[in-house]
Amino acid sequence: MIVAYAILLVGIGTVVFHFVSPWWWTPIASNWGFIDDVIIITFWVTGVVFVAVVLFMAYCVYRFRYKEGQRAEYNPESKKLEIWLSVLTSVGVAIMLAPGLWAWDEFVTVPEGTAEFEVLGQQWSWMYRFPGKDGKLGKSSTKLIDDDNPFGLDPKDPNGQDDVLIEDSELHLPLNKPVKVLLRSVDVLHDFYVPELRAKMDMVPGAVTYLWFEPIRVGTFDILCFELCGTGHYDMRGSLVIEEADAFNEWFEAQSTFAETLARISPEGEIEHKIAANAAENSF
Amino acid sequence: MAIVDSPVVQDIPAAEVPDPNEDLYHAKSWVTKYLFCQDAKVIAIQYSCTALGIGLLGLVLSWVMRLQLGFPEVFSFIEPAHYYQFITMHGMIMVIYLLTALFLGGFGNYLIPLMLGARDMVFPYVNMLSYWVYLLAVLVLIASFFVPGGPTGAGWTLYPPQAILSGTPGSDGGIILMLVSLSLFIVGFTMGGLNYVVTVLQARTRGMTLMRMPLTIWGIFTATVHALLAFPALFVGAIMMTLDRLLETSFFMPVISEMGEILSYEGGSPLLFQHLFWFFGHPEVYIVALPAFGIVSDLLSVHARRHVFGYRMMVWAIVIIGALSFIVWAHHMYVSGMNPWFGFFFATTTLIIAVPTALKVYNWTLTLWRANIRLTLPMLFGLAFIITFVNGGITGLFLGNVAIDVPLSDTLFVVAHFHMVMGIAPILVVFGAIYHWYPLMTGRMLDEGLGKFHFWVTFLGSYIIYLPMHYLGFIGVPRRYFEMGETTFIPESAQDLNAFMTIVTLIVGFAQLVFLYNLITSRKNGVEAGPNPWKATSLEWQTAKTPPEHGNFGKTLPVVYRWAYAYGLPNAAQDFVPQNLPPELVATHVGNQVPDTDGES
Repeated sequence: MIVAYAILLVGIGTVVFHFVSPWWWTPIASNWGFIDDVIIITFWVTGVVFVAVVLFMAYCVYRFRYKEGQRAEYNPESKKLEIWLSVLTSVGVAIMLAPGLWAWDEFVTVPEGTAEFEVLGQQWSWMYRFPGKDGKLGKSSTKLIDDDNPFGLDPKDPNGQDDVLIEDSELHLPLNKPVKVLLRSVDVLHDFYVPELRAKMDMVPGAVTYLWFEPIRVGTFDILCFELCGTGHYDMRGSLVIEEADAFNEWFEAQSTFAETLARISPEGEIEHKIAANAAENSF
Repeated sequence: MAIVDSPVVQDIPAAEVPDPNEDLYHAKSWVTKYLFCQDAKVIAIQYSCTALGIGLLGLVLSWVMRLQLGFPEVFSFIEPAHYYQFITMHGMIMVIYLLTALFLGGFGNYLIPLMLGARDMVFPYVNMLSYWVYLLAVLVLIASFFVPGGPTGAGWTLYPPQAILSGTPGSDGGIILMLVSLSLFIVGFTMGGLNYVVTVLQARTRGMTLMRMPLTIWGIFTATVHALLAFPALFVGAIMMTLDRLLETSFFMPVISEMGEILSYEGGSPLLFQHLFWFFGHPEVYIVALPAFGIVSDLLSVHARRHVFGYRMMVWAIVIIGALSFIVWAHHMYVSGMNPWFGFFFATTTLIIAVPTALKVYNWTLTLWRANIRLTLPMLFGLAFIITFVNGGITGLFLGNVAIDVPLSDTLFVVAHFHMVMGIAPILVVFGAIYHWYPLMTGRMLDEGLGKFHFWVTFLGSYIIYLPMHYLGFIGVPRRYFEMGETTFIPESAQDLNAFMTIVTLIVGFAQLVFLYNLITSRKNGVEAGPNPWKATSLEWQTAKTPPEHGNFGKTLPVVYRWAYAYGLPNAAQDFVPQNLPPELVATHVGNQVPDTDGES
C-alpha cells in the first residue's frame, strides 16, 4: 500500500515540480525560439507517457498485491496489444522528430548574404575578428601565431589588412542583423555558447566550424566556454553586448584593424596592400 | 512457434550430451580454490568485490565534487585541477570499472553457467586470466593517483588535444596510465567476453533452447557481443592517443599554438578520436543497460509471481536495441563541429531506438498486470528501476532530437540525464540483483530492515538529486565547471539547489555504507536461506547445494522442459514450475526444488 502511494507521489510530484519549478530557461535573445517550441512539444508527448506508465504501475502494485494462495493470470503475450503499443509509440516519436529535424535544417542552413565574423578561442580567453569594409576575412593559420599576431593572420593576404581585431573578451553585435559566426580554436576544443541565444557549436583546432543566429533583444549576456578545455575552463568567459545599430557602429569604429596593429608594431612597416574602396554588401 | 507452455512439453536434446561419468577437475589447495581460481562463481565474486571496491572510490570522489559544487570557496583544499581530476576519475570508474565489470564480469560469470545448466564457463583458465588482467587494470588506474601531476583531469571522454596537453591536469603520467589501464581492461574483458559468448552458444544443457533462456542471459549475452565489437574502437583510440602523447605522432593532433608556442603536431583530427570514442561509448551505454534490462525482467517476474509479458518481444527488443545502438554514436557529437548533415541521420536512428525501448518498458509494467506482487527488496528495486529508467529515457528523447541538443548539450541536463538512465537505473538493478542472488551466493538472506532503509533513501534520494538538476540545465548551467562565479543568467536560488543536492548526495552515500555493512554482516548473521528461497523457476536455484559447489550441479546436468517464466500455470500444483521439472510431475510436485537434482540421492 505504502509502495503504491510512494509511486503515485513520485509521479505526481514530478509533474507538479515541472510546473512550479523556479528554474527554467532564460528569456530568449535570438531567432531560435522554435527550438524552445520543440522542447515544449517533447515535454507534452513524453510527459503523457511518463504519467501513464507511473500511474499504471501504482495501480498494479495496489490492485495486484500479494495474497496467499492467489495466482497470477497466465497470458504470456498479446500480439494485438504489442502492435498497438508499437504504432502509438512510433506516432509519438514522429511527432517529436519531425519538428526537431525541421529546426535543425533551419539551424544549419545559413541564409545567403549573412554577415560573417570570427570567434577565436584559446586557453582560456576569447578574441573576435570582423571583416573590414571589403566584407572578407583574411587568411589565417595557427602556424603564424605569435605575440604580435595573435590571430595568425597572413600579412600577405590583402583581404586581411582591414580585418578588425578585438583582443578583448567583450563582443558587440547589432540588433536584428543575422550573423554567421565562424569558430576557430588555436589549441584545444572549446565551445562558444550564450545561453540566451540557444545556439552553440564546438571550436575545433585545425578546422573552422560555424553557427548562425539573429539577435532579437538588446542586452548584455554571458559568453561561456561549453567544452572542457583544461584547468581554466570554468573561467573562460566573455560578454556579448547586443545593441542598436548606431551604438554598435560607434563601438566598431573605435576598434583597430590588422593594418593598424601592424603599423603600431613597426611604424615604418610597409603596408602595400590597398583596401577595397567599396564596402561589400555583407560587411558590418 | 508458440512459447506458451503446453502441458505436453517436448524434451529437446542438446547437441552434446555430457558424459555422466566424467568427473571435473576440482581445485585442491586454498590458492587454486580462492585465489587463482578457475570456478566462474569465485571469479564472479572476485570481479564483484573488486568492482564494488573501486566503485566505493568513485562514490567518495563524487562526494568531494559535490562539496565543491554545493559549497564553493568553502573547501579551499579542492583546487580546480583536483576538481577536474575527481570528475574524470569518478566518471571513468563508474562507467567502466564498476558497471561494466560488475554486470559482465560479476553477474555474467555467476549466472551464465548456472542459469544455462552448465558446469562452468567453457574456458575456465582464460576466465581466470580475465579477472587478473582486470585487477591489473584497476591497479594501474589507482597508481595514476600517485604519479607526479596526479590522475588525468581530461573528463571521462578524454578528448584530445586537451587530454595530452599541459593545460589539463595529469597530462604527464596520469593520462598515460589512464590509457594503459583502459587498454588492459579491454584485453581482460575480451578474454572473459569470448568465454561468455561461447558458453551461451555451446554449453547450454539439454532442452535449454535460446528461446527458453532467462532474459538475464539474453541481456548479458547481447551486451557481451556488443562489448566485443565496441571496445576495439576505444582500444585503437587509446593506443593512438598514447602514441600522440609519447612519440608525438599526430593522429588526433592538428597544428596547435599552446600558450604562444607552436607545437610539433600537424595534420591530425580531434574529431577522429571523438568518432572512435563514441563508436565505443554509445554501445557502452547499452553494455550497461542490456544486462540491467535482462536482470530486472527476471526480478519483476519472480517477485510478481507472473511470467514476463511478451517474452519473445523482449528478446527481439534486446537484439534490435543492440543492433541499432551501433548506428547512433554521433548523437553525442551534434555540436562537435562534424558535418551538420549527419545530424539528420543520427537524430532519426536515435529516436527510432525509443520504440523497442518503450516496448520493453510497457512489457515490464504489463508483467505486473493481474500478477501477485510480493513487495520484496528485489521487487522494490525493480519498480524503482522502471520509474528512473522511464524518466532518464524520456530526457534522452530531448537530447537525441538534434535541434534540442543544441541548447542542452554540455549543460547539467546532460549530467542529470545520463546519471538517471545509466547511473541510477542500472545501479538500482544491481542492488535488486544482489538482494535477489545473495542467498544463492552465501546461503543467507540480507537483512530486510537495513535493505528497506537502503532502498528508500537510495531511490528517493537520487531521484530528488537528479530531477531538479535537469532544470538547472534548462537555465544553461554548464557541466564540468569548477565554480560558476558571477553570471547574469543564473539565479541565486540555483546555488541553494546545489547545496541541497550536495546534502542529499551525502545522505544517499551514507545509505550505501549501510548496504556495505549489510553485505558484510549478513554473510555470518543473515537468516539461513535454504534452497530456492524466492521460489524461482530458473536453473540456478536448482543446484544440489546452496550455495552451489564447483561444478554447479550434481552428477547429471538438469534437463530443461520449458521456459523460465512458468509462474501461475493454471494446472500446476504450485504457482511456479521449475524449468527442469518433468512434465508428468507438474500437476503434483510441491517443493522449492525438483527432487533428485543431483542424481545421487
